[in-house]
Amino acid sequence: MSLENFLILGAILFAIGLYGALSKRNAIAVLMSIELMFNAVNITAVALSRYVVPASLLGDAASITDQAARTLLTGQIFSIFIITVAAAEIALGVAIVIALYRSRETVFVTDATQLKN
Amino acid sequence: MSLGSGTESALATDIAFWVIAVSVIISAVAVVHMRDVFRAALFLVVVFLGTAGLFVLLRAEFLAVVQVIVYVGAISVLILFAILMTQDAEQGSPPNRLRYPVGLLAFLLGAAAVFTALNTEWTLLADALQGTLTTEAAQMVNEVYSNTIPQIASLLLRDYVLAFEAVSVLLLAAIIGALVLVRER
Repeated sequence: MSLENFLILGAILFAIGLYGALSKRNAIAVLMSIELMFNAVNITAVALSRYVVPASLLGDAASITDQAARTLLTGQIFSIFIITVAAAEIALGVAIVIALYRSRETVFVTDATQLKN
Repeated sequence: MSLGSGTESALATDIAFWVIAVSVIISAVAVVHMRDVFRAALFLVVVFLGTAGLFVLLRAEFLAVVQVIVYVGAISVLILFAILMTQDAEQGSPPNRLRYPVGLLAFLLGAAAVFTALNTEWTLLADALQGTLTTEAAQMVNEVYSNTIPQIASLLLRDYVLAFEAVSVLLLAAIIGALVLVRER
């Protein structure tokens, strides 16, 4: 279990999610693939903040404050924000899918062509 | 392993990591390969739970709990609801015409990311604790990892308070937007 293991896992998950998001016709499947990508980024951010030492800790003893020590957890803060944005995104995405289904009787992104031509 | 006073043995965490990693990747492949969207959503729950397990292994226990509450508790239920509400339009989840070029693109991007991860010189915390870090700094690192939740609170409400407020407004806007989109006319 090292940093590289987590980064490779994140990369594989992100690639799978990217493939799903771009190749699916069902809008809900696209949303699920986007969630996969969010998860991959979260894993990567937390792993980096766990294993990599921030530059603010590398100075001499006088310059290291409580705030400098807290920067160790910056990756986790990034993850919290990503989770929040993902929640907002999925709520709006599902609402759009339901609105599309009501007006068009379809959930395929390829059939949502109201703006075409 | 001197990182943050862990009492767990290295072998046990290694086994846990590999079990979780393999099941997460298999479930992720199932999510994009299942034609039945409902089953794909169930596999997505496995991916979310596995990610929570990885957060525990990375000593981000607070995030693991948030992951279970938000993703497993809320987002997957929302997705399952959406699938059930649109069920009579359901013809599975076929791929579109771009399947093979997109697969190649995703593979190349993943390969580039793996290459970058393996070929970057990371300044590892474990090395710094052995060498360049002063004893005070090492002590602070241990302190931070012994109890992360107050540190996360300080980060959210002091250092990143502007982003915190902005994201609250974003959530409010998303709630209102979702309500407007789905209301009966």
